[in-house]
Amino acid sequence: MNAQAVVLWTDALVFLLLAVVAGLVWTIRRQEHLRAPWGAVAQRPMAMAAALVLAVFVAIGLLDSLHYRERLPDSSADAPQYSVEVLSVFDALVGELRTQKEKTYSAPLAMQLYAKEFVERDGVTVRDYPRLVHGGAHLADAAARQPDIVRRVAAGLAQGLAASLVAFAALAVWRACRAGVAVSAWLDDWRAGRLGWPARTLTGMVTLLAVLGAVLLQLTDVYHVFGTDKVGQDVLYISLKSIRTGLVIGTLTTLVTLPLAIVFGIVAGYFRGWIDDAIQYVYTVLNSIPGVLLIAAAVLIVQVYVESNPQSFDTAAARADIRLLALCVIMGVTSWTGLARLLRGETLKLRTLDYVEAARAFGVSHARIIGRHVFPNVFHLVLIAIVLDFSGLVLAEAVLSYVGVGVDPTMHSWGNMINGARLELAREPVVWWQLGAAFTFMFALVLAANLFADGVRDAFDPRMGGRR
Amino acid sequence: MTALLEVRGLVTEVGGVRVVDGVSFEIAPGETYALLGESGCGKSMTALSLMRLLPDGGRVVSGTVELEGTKLLTLPERAMRQMRGGRMAMIFQEPMLALNPVIRVGEQIGEALALHRNLTGGAAREAARGLLDAVGVPDATRRLDSYPFELSGGLRQRVMIAMALAGQPELLIADEPTTALDVTMQAQVLDVLRALRRERRMGMLLITHDLGVVAQNADRVGLMYAGELLEEGTREAFFASPQHPYSRMLFEALPRPGDSGRLATIPGQVPRLDGTFTGCRFAPRCPYAVARCREESPGWQSFGTQRVRCHRAGELPAVDVRAAGERTGAAPPAAPLLQVDGLKVHFPIRRGLLQRTVGYLRAVDDVSLVIEAGRTLALVGESGCGKTTVGKALLHLIEPTAGRIALAGEVVTATGLQRLRRRSQMVFQDPFSSLNPRMRVADILLEGMDALHVGEAGQRRAAVARLLQQVGLPDDAGGRYPHAFSGGQRQRIAIARALAVSPQFVICDEPTSALDVSVQAQILNLLKDLQDELGLAYLFITHNLAVVEYLAHRVAVMYLGRIVESGPAAQVLHAPRHPYTQALVAAVPRVVGTAADTALRLAGDQPSPIDPPPGCHFHPRCPQADARCRETYPEATQVDATHWVRCHIIAGG
Repeated sequence: MNAQAVVLWTDALVFLLLAVVAGLVWTIRRQEHLRAPWGAVAQRPMAMAAALVLAVFVAIGLLDSLHYRERLPDSSADAPQYSVEVLSVFDALVGELRTQKEKTYSAPLAMQLYAKEFVERDGVTVRDYPRLVHGGAHLADAAARQPDIVRRVAAGLAQGLAASLVAFAALAVWRACRAGVAVSAWLDDWRAGRLGWPARTLTGMVTLLAVLGAVLLQLTDVYHVFGTDKVGQDVLYISLKSIRTGLVIGTLTTLVTLPLAIVFGIVAGYFRGWIDDAIQYVYTVLNSIPGVLLIAAAVLIVQVYVESNPQSFDTAAARADIRLLALCVIMGVTSWTGLARLLRGETLKLRTLDYVEAARAFGVSHARIIGRHVFPNVFHLVLIAIVLDFSGLVLAEAVLSYVGVGVDPTMHSWGNMINGARLELAREPVVWWQLGAAFTFMFALVLAANLFADGVRDAFDPRMGGRR
Repeated sequence: MTALLEVRGLVTEVGGVRVVDGVSFEIAPGETYALLGESGCGKSMTALSLMRLLPDGGRVVSGTVELEGTKLLTLPERAMRQMRGGRMAMIFQEPMLALNPVIRVGEQIGEALALHRNLTGGAAREAARGLLDAVGVPDATRRLDSYPFELSGGLRQRVMIAMALAGQPELLIADEPTTALDVTMQAQVLDVLRALRRERRMGMLLITHDLGVVAQNADRVGLMYAGELLEEGTREAFFASPQHPYSRMLFEALPRPGDSGRLATIPGQVPRLDGTFTGCRFAPRCPYAVARCREESPGWQSFGTQRVRCHRAGELPAVDVRAAGERTGAAPPAAPLLQVDGLKVHFPIRRGLLQRTVGYLRAVDDVSLVIEAGRTLALVGESGCGKTTVGKALLHLIEPTAGRIALAGEVVTATGLQRLRRRSQMVFQDPFSSLNPRMRVADILLEGMDALHVGEAGQRRAAVARLLQQVGLPDDAGGRYPHAFSGGQRQRIAIARALAVSPQFVICDEPTSALDVSVQAQILNLLKDLQDELGLAYLFITHNLAVVEYLAHRVAVMYLGRIVESGPAAQVLHAPRHPYTQALVAAVPRVVGTAADTALRLAGDQPSPIDPPPGCHFHPRCPQADARCRETYPEATQVDATHWVRCHIIAGG
């Protein structure tokens, strides 16, 4: 066996979350009142385009959550020894992107380093920009760089278009056959937007993503598309690795938030009296403590724990991972109050409704009333809160890492990228690509999440019902 | 006479659904035109089309609307803003929602005055005071500085009317102006509207579902059904000889004084407007329908001052006057099933940092009731008098402060609630909020049986099917969600839910007040049938006296947490003794015979139960009150064996 699977804490939780989502989807499919709004979401072109982008991010994040350690090549087969470096399936897929390192900074698509060094040229030592080891190594001289890039972009464009055209043709034939109509009729329907799903938008979005992917593939072969960082690592690779961190923070935190918010919010609203008072005091107090303070304290505690118990964490990845998990937990503990307050208000309204009174008139127990009458009627609020909070959490991670209380400095994350780029912004000429890459990726993810959340909120908000 | 408002062939669509389809009518100056119809038939949409205030996605497709020669539908929005509030004004159903709660009444009226009459400052304040005087708001100067939440519902609606009058409109559109009010308040507001129309010679478009309101206020009546006008005529002709089968059936579905037999019902329900119609829209529910009705949409036919859209108009049998029969099945009084003595529900009022109790809100104060098996006791009174609290306290949904409740001879204690809840159940007012929208009907019905362990677990599914059949719902109803049902069907589900645990006693809290007339008749008949079949006793809480007469054996009249008169239904309603009961009975708009304007009207509002007036609670509003009434609360006086009154006047002879 050449590799040993490694399951980090967050990996386990991510896949648990995946299972929960799958279970939810299964429940929702069976419940008419929950299925209908999701159907409405599926009708919205903007929401579906956003969902497609999110799906790409999630796919990368999931691939990056399957970890393993390679066997050291010189260890024997019966007593295998494994590398201390934890890799993921994603690393295996991107191949050389991970290992193609330069000496230090280099600009996007450059073929020379960003700093001058003494290099020996024709027997004379001169101070000049040295050539990169990997970026543009196949080119003979600098003049050939621009035509080469143009050629590769064009090739990528052509490949992407061709691939999406083939996929679209296959889709057209398949759907037309299933519907039992001529392909031309199906195409007419597609053009007129009569297919019952936002087909044109999705087709356009898939084409865009395919073209983008193909161009990137063409370029990454021989260039550093987003340049390299201080230690010469490819910035594109780091940005892609950061996706998992962002997603884990955005989703696992809600996993912590939800039980707290749902239980405390509903219980406070339903029972009122001293229980309500107690819960309200708890979240008022929690809200008055600056969140950063709590988070910094918690992260420090975890760090001390990790350092005093090195035997429990055999790899650097495990150490970084436990800190990420701690961050998720503490962010969850500090951010449940908003949703709890919302649920408390809604429950206060629901508990006076006649159907709750009717249930009480039958002597139905409180737990059953909450389970059958209250919770299903506030569930839409929970769903809206999850999708709305996600983008906020991704951004919060960036801010916290920038401040230095976020994820482990060795972990790839957008916040760490920004933090690393901070000092270099003062350089002349400026090193902008780390910041630019982090910005681009975060912007794409958060924008997609926000657009999707808008669609979900509109579909679930009863006040929007008339305008659908 | 030239018409003030002329509507021709108005067609309005909202979200692609034709909610108003070819409506034409005219209103002369000084005339009240009533647009009558069940909910969802397009009355309000007609009014909103006239004002061009349609909701998002709504538009007028065709037709013309002329207000004294001005074509409203082609006016630019700028000019239309001058028309709204200026030459035509509208008052809405819910005065609570139509007034801004954080702006003083005077300023809100002043806003309209500044817009339409360029009055500001002192002049505006003076004009606003004049308007409040005109709509009969007592102490108008002080009220100008009140906030809307400080006013009662009736006063709020009058403030709304004053605001509508600020622009001196020629046409007033009143959309169900009194539906949210009590009968006594309704009578006051309708009086104001009638007086204003006389003084100002305004045209008025009155939108209502209440035949009684129409009978007392309208000059001409238009009956709408499924987006169309079906019949139109003067009030006298419409009430004397309704021509359309629908109008006739509406009249028959109405519980009337002295009526005791089964109510005629209109089968089915108002059709959905999003389909396409062929033929007459009423044909599926019409007992006189012939083949032609289903194929060809009828045109207008005139009969004197009336016109009607019906193929069979004129061929129908003459209106038969229903025999006012005696109550049948007046079984000899059985043993008392429910006995309530001295029931009190006091809510503590807490103030300050330490939440000390500074007083009590006496929602129910010393109420005693007796209900026999198989009989109905109606509890009537204005809203806020504590009648619903009585109902909930009987079920221990609200913990009573004091009092003894005995059900079938067994005193109910906090530990014996299981047995109480198997024997007594409740049907709520609003069928839209009393059914959990996230549960299937079968699960809703099973809930009570599961919680109280009624019957064998395996046989409960069969019990559900039997219940659905008992309340007249289709067999497949159990698998569906409540939103798939209409208001009347939902109320049937709610009744079935109460019956699921086979109670002997059912509290009905205004079960028909959220329903249309034709559906109300179906539910009342169902309740009556169930009583005959299962021997149920009902406590029927309502403010609708016509319904009381139809269903109840005995009546208890409640005022400010206490019962002021109690006796057999016919006696209390036809020969009321207490001045409050007399006023309640007089305030009900009657369909037959117009009540004299001089009828006893209650002035003012019900006082707050936090601080009830000393002596007889009713004396500040009572026209006959004297010194005694201001000092001591009257004891019960027996009028005869079964009828008693709490009033010094009666006691003193």
